[in-house]
Amino acid sequence: MAVAPLGTRAAPTSATAGPPANLPGDRERDRDRDRIARRDRRGRRVVALTPAMLLIPATAVLLVIIGWPLVQLLVISFQEFGRAQVFGAPAPFVGFDNYADVLGDATFWEVLGRSILFAAANVILAMGLGTLVALLMTRLARALRLLVSVGLLLAWAMPALTAVVVWGWMFDTQFGVINYLLSQLPGVDMIGHSWLIDPLSFFGVATVIITWQSVPFVAFTIYAGLTQVPTEVLEAAQLDGANGFARFRFIVFPYLKSIFLVVTILQVIWDMRVFTQIYALQGIGGIREQTSTIGVYIYQVSVGSGDFAAGGAIAVILVVIMMAISAYYVRASIKEEQL
Amino acid sequence: MTPALVRRRVSTVVLSAIAIVVFVASVFPVYWMLNSSFLPNNAIRGPVPHFWPDEFTLRNYETVLGDGGRAPFLPALMTSLTVTLITVAAALLLAFLAALAVTRFRFTGRRSFIIAILLIQMIPGEAMIVSTFRVLDGWQLLNTIAGLTIVYVATVLPFTIWTLRGFVGGVPIELEEAAMIDGCTRMQAFRRVTFPLLAPGLVATGVFAFIQAWNEFLLALVIMQRPDMMTLPVWLRTFQQATQTTNWAAIMAGSTLMAIPVIIFFLIVQGRMTSGLVAGAVKG
Repeated sequence: MAVAPLGTRAAPTSATAGPPANLPGDRERDRDRDRIARRDRRGRRVVALTPAMLLIPATAVLLVIIGWPLVQLLVISFQEFGRAQVFGAPAPFVGFDNYADVLGDATFWEVLGRSILFAAANVILAMGLGTLVALLMTRLARALRLLVSVGLLLAWAMPALTAVVVWGWMFDTQFGVINYLLSQLPGVDMIGHSWLIDPLSFFGVATVIITWQSVPFVAFTIYAGLTQVPTEVLEAAQLDGANGFARFRFIVFPYLKSIFLVVTILQVIWDMRVFTQIYALQGIGGIREQTSTIGVYIYQVSVGSGDFAAGGAIAVILVVIMMAISAYYVRASIKEEQL
Repeated sequence: MTPALVRRRVSTVVLSAIAIVVFVASVFPVYWMLNSSFLPNNAIRGPVPHFWPDEFTLRNYETVLGDGGRAPFLPALMTSLTVTLITVAAALLLAFLAALAVTRFRFTGRRSFIIAILLIQMIPGEAMIVSTFRVLDGWQLLNTIAGLTIVYVATVLPFTIWTLRGFVGGVPIELEEAAMIDGCTRMQAFRRVTFPLLAPGLVATGVFAFIQAWNEFLLALVIMQRPDMMTLPVWLRTFQQATQTTNWAAIMAGSTLMAIPVIIFFLIVQGRMTSGLVAGAVKG
């Protein structure tokens, strides 16, 4: 359950942290390692047991805290489970009733559609702006590049909740700096304008916040990729008369295709399950019914209204959707690491 | 000047201008948080915003730290610190053992374990709140440090295992062997040779875990519902809800107090964030 890592946009799994584990020529080393393992088998049993012993603590925690609730979630989604069951009433199995109810509920489809649209808009914006900023960074002088990097890092480092609170203050109806600055334009008076009441405008604000926090990751990752594109190839293309766009389209993009794909998938995953930003923004002002995305909806249905069965069914549906989206990412990670 | 040179000058100026815009757009909210937190509340509630803290005051911080009302800051800080530090220590230990197993040994199930780690990472936390709440409730662990901590350990564990796996795999086993040939036992070789080389990796991974646990909001919201057991993110939201009509300056001071440790830690480890992906992905 990668709530935090993926939620905070701090650190996606395989994609970022740490040096690459397996370098080419590793096979030989693997063989050496086997040899060592065998050599160690003077105390035969001990060595055979060791990896298991090392894995037991982590596996136990994961099984108990992730595995068991996951099983529970599946079970609940097939039961009648409301407030009464929380207080000990028996929970009868109802087959696929919960799923039928959820899938027959117009609100669910509305929320799902909203989440998909919102995620799509945010992913496109973050990828587009992030790529542009990355390209910009390759063409800046050292000092300016450092300046931009520092700015991006600060935006990236802000905790998601703090970011929402601060932006909420900037967008404040009465005293927000944004309304003030806009009102300085001739003929514009925005003082007293509420940005969060209208759902579309609410999602506009949410998009600003999320884009502000996602562009740094996209920009840094793609910039790092750009620095790996061989300059000789680019120069040759330039000599052959390729303009900037053509060079990006036919040389840079193919080189960075796998990076683009992985980053896009991570963004889709993050934006589809967005919770903190929407939930906190609703608390600042905004109409819950018209602005919930799927993560917030699960919270409202289960914790808010106490319908754990429906919440469970929606949660299982979300897990399935997320697994389908991340399948490529997981496959790519496995391939990249030559497992 | 030749036309080509003029064009290059112009494009340099334009690009620099865009760079400044990007910088300002990135930094402004952070600046605005600091700026508002150092101004008296009545100053920021005026018709014209103060763009720098010309009426500098620390009163907002006093308000936040001294508030014993509905949302006291210091108990939340203590809860957050305790949960986060135990999470980091426990996750690092468990992840380190697991990383050793998958990098230093070949065994059946190794590949499956790593794939399982990746898959677990993809399970959205939003989906798990209900059953996690129920399971913890069953064990009387709601509103306890132990309950939230163990959930956080499990939450950051897949990621920490994955990251440490990279670091441990990066230390050549030959070094350990050489030490063993020179007379070290396996444990000594590990402690004197491998461990020092791993220290930076452990620090980086630990900082990641710290940031994640420190910032986590949803699970804390569900598991720590009692006001005296709030973590900082839950505190910030409660405080903001209670005071946003009257005292944004204090809210900004609270936000600053919560964000500063994360920003500092983040700047320490940022270099590790992008290198891995690129090293692997641009081979072909």
